[in-house]
Amino acid sequence: MMSFISYFINGLSLGSVYAIIALGYTMVYGIAKMLNFAHGDVIMIGGYVVFTVVSTMGLGPVAGILLAVILCTVLGVVIEGVAYRPLRMASPLAVLITAIGVSYLLQNIALLVFGSNPKSFTSVVTVPALKLLQGKLIISGETIVTIISCIIIMIGLTMFIKKTRAGQAMLAVSEDKGAAQLMGINVDGTIALTFAIGSALAAVAGALLCSAYPTLTPYTGSMPGIKAFVAAVFGGIGSIPGAFIGGLLLGVIENLSKAYISSQLSDAIVFGVLIVVLLVKPTGILGKKINEKV
Amino acid sequence: MALLEIDNLGISFGGLRAVDNFSITIEKGQLYGLIGPNGAGKTTIFNLLTGVYKPNTGTILLDGENITGKKTVDINRAGIARTFQNIRLFKELTVLDNVKTGLHNAYSYGTVTGILRLPKYFKVEKEMDERAIELLKVFGLDEEKDILASNLPYGKQRKLEIARALATGPKLLLLDEPAAGMNPNETTELMDTIRFVRDNFDMTILLIEHDMKLVSGICERLTVLNFGQVLTQGKTADVLNDPEVIKAYLGE
Amino acid sequence: MEKSMKINFRLNKTLKSNIITYGIVIAAYIIVQLLVNAGQVSNLMKGLLVPICIYTIMAISLNLTVGILGELSLGHAGFMCVGAFSSALFSISMLDAIPNAGIRFFFAILIGAFFAALAGIVVGIPVLRLRGDYLAIVTLAFGEIIKNVINVVYIGKDASGLHFSTKNAMALNMTKEGTVIINGAQGITGTPKNSTFTIGVILILITLVIVLNLIHSRSGRAIMSVRDNRIAAESIGINITKYKLMAFTISAALAGVAGVLYSHNLSALTATQKNFGYNQSIMILVFVVLGGIGNIRGSMIAAVLLTLLPELLRGLNTYRMLIYAIILIVMMIFNWSPKLIDLRKRYFHKNRAEKERA
Repeated sequence: MMSFISYFINGLSLGSVYAIIALGYTMVYGIAKMLNFAHGDVIMIGGYVVFTVVSTMGLGPVAGILLAVILCTVLGVVIEGVAYRPLRMASPLAVLITAIGVSYLLQNIALLVFGSNPKSFTSVVTVPALKLLQGKLIISGETIVTIISCIIIMIGLTMFIKKTRAGQAMLAVSEDKGAAQLMGINVDGTIALTFAIGSALAAVAGALLCSAYPTLTPYTGSMPGIKAFVAAVFGGIGSIPGAFIGGLLLGVIENLSKAYISSQLSDAIVFGVLIVVLLVKPTGILGKKINEKV
Repeated sequence: MALLEIDNLGISFGGLRAVDNFSITIEKGQLYGLIGPNGAGKTTIFNLLTGVYKPNTGTILLDGENITGKKTVDINRAGIARTFQNIRLFKELTVLDNVKTGLHNAYSYGTVTGILRLPKYFKVEKEMDERAIELLKVFGLDEEKDILASNLPYGKQRKLEIARALATGPKLLLLDEPAAGMNPNETTELMDTIRFVRDNFDMTILLIEHDMKLVSGICERLTVLNFGQVLTQGKTADVLNDPEVIKAYLGE
Repeated sequence: MEKSMKINFRLNKTLKSNIITYGIVIAAYIIVQLLVNAGQVSNLMKGLLVPICIYTIMAISLNLTVGILGELSLGHAGFMCVGAFSSALFSISMLDAIPNAGIRFFFAILIGAFFAALAGIVVGIPVLRLRGDYLAIVTLAFGEIIKNVINVVYIGKDASGLHFSTKNAMALNMTKEGTVIINGAQGITGTPKNSTFTIGVILILITLVIVLNLIHSRSGRAIMSVRDNRIAAESIGINITKYKLMAFTISAALAGVAGVLYSHNLSALTATQKNFGYNQSIMILVFVVLGGIGNIRGSMIAAVLLTLLPELLRGLNTYRMLIYAIILIVMMIFNWSPKLIDLRKRYFHKNRAEKERA
């Protein structure tokens, strides 16, 4: 029983990272209507920035995360402006392929700069582990910080969307780009802001992911990125609470599968979830149906 | 028996009743117009007729056959073909191939026959080519048969869409704003073409249109739609002079 | 008279283009064989001949899905995996029963194609009704599932036939004379090396015939109509599901054939991220994009060049992927950005008009 709770909580932790990544995915998909395949690799870049700042330059983790957030935000906005914006009116296939190209680009730049040897990541978390029930249940500091960060981000984002003008603009653009533009909303700026926020979140996710799973390679971001997309779809793409729930659920499913079925098959099960969801309820747990105009 | 009988057709989207109690009777060989202000639900009616939407209420009888709620593909086989408000051509195919896809069900041979290039392939392809060019000639497009559909000028794209619809050999042709974006000359030419099609292809035509010159020029009967409901229907001249209709268009 | 002349001319234009494509393949084959016979080809290059055929077939078949059907598949390597493993299993099981390598390999190819096609149908039925982006990710998901599942499969053969297990080799419960064929993550060892360059080129030609003939036929037009405008295609009576599935399945079957070539070219066959994972699928997609989406001859040429180049330019290897990535991004933007397309059209027309005036 103890081990189940332990696996479950670790699953929540993994799920929280997925949720933070998924939030970025779902926002970009909902507002810019594109699948940013390179999102996972921005996470990896975030991880490397923190690593460089903390391990190579010796500045504290706070500086590391701050710098990572700033750099990733800039990176996200630049990518959007250079690679995605010219294709905004083109077919979704074209944007997806371009995003794949950007993903490759980021991976190979990291490969050139940092090499393929896994870097040992020093955790940015200084919170000590929690020992419950006479030491039978240990919750690591990383787990605690990750779950709490995820909740804070979720609440913060929801309030941002509801209460600020920029947030409302994002909502408008996600509903109807054309109408939003006619209302005087700066669509380009709104989309850039979306990427900025998504990338900032990716940086945080990178720091947390690498703190919990401390080896870092140029390919570290790729699979979590894809799984986070599965989570976003699972919860309902375009829905912020959906990304949250999807992420947490997926993390739990993956961890329990790893523990009780097989570590090899846990990936297959995660992807299996995606397939089942898309067949049974394509809009995901909390998603809305979009009708195509004829 | 009328060619098209619709009775009490209706559909709701969420809480909005987009079409309500829509009934219409179209006789074989008629040139019938569906008019009304923007947003009245005219294209929705087309979508209901062609299986894009399933109605909540009502029945649709085509030549006596109940096609209510059937799938688009089956409705086309039953005998309805349409064009779209925003032209939907196969952009990467040539003009000729666009029409040949319309002939897909009329002329057939198996996929394996095609891959192995058996004699039937050559025979049927030749028949399709000849039929397609015949159709293109009606619309004056045969000279451009090898041009990519996306490279045609707008007016000719509209005509190609009609040619493709015609290729499916329908009993009823639905034209959604065929004159949209055309200048007066093109519109006159289109009017002649539509009349030609009705006369020479044994066709019944229902069209949505805002261009009153075309409507009054070729439509024999009209139904006016407003807020998803029938406002009035009858002979063209009567309907167009009806003060209620004028009020609906001009608003009050 | 004039009418039929015009029709013949049009058929000839397509025929001419196809003949050029076949001609390139045959000419390349002859040149390579001459060079090999003259001893002018290094061992490194000789080792690349079959892989070039494999990736050419992969690229052509993927282009059928991406360029002709218009759907992005990120799991193409999964079908190659199915073809590879099913054919290797067959070949090893039949080593005694069918001693003639040629006949056995022929059947292995059919088996690989068949199971890959089956996988194509199983994946296609649920996947093809999804929208573009979702379809892409789900094909990726299926590719990964196939790869992961094969890694936990154990198949052994003894006197009483085939045994299956998903736990380990012991659970197969075989007699002492039984042999393990698929050993979980260790894959299959001992597949007979039946792949040759000649067979590879023949398979390329067959692939080309199938794909090119399909495109220029009634079914091909139907498939492309679904790509260009699904709603319009439905409105003229075309069965969308049937043709989507047709293109997807043929594409998968051909990938399976490439898989057969692959598995019969190595002594040890395993399913890793590198050879059957989404990275591989994406690599093939890069070939297709760089060769021109929908351009069959282009994907062929791109596959050959991009398989050869890294080996020839070993020095640039570290920058290879980086260069691919940049070229991919630049090409996509130049070819697909509506603004740039407009700019090009206007510039092109302006020049043309000037030339005509001059």
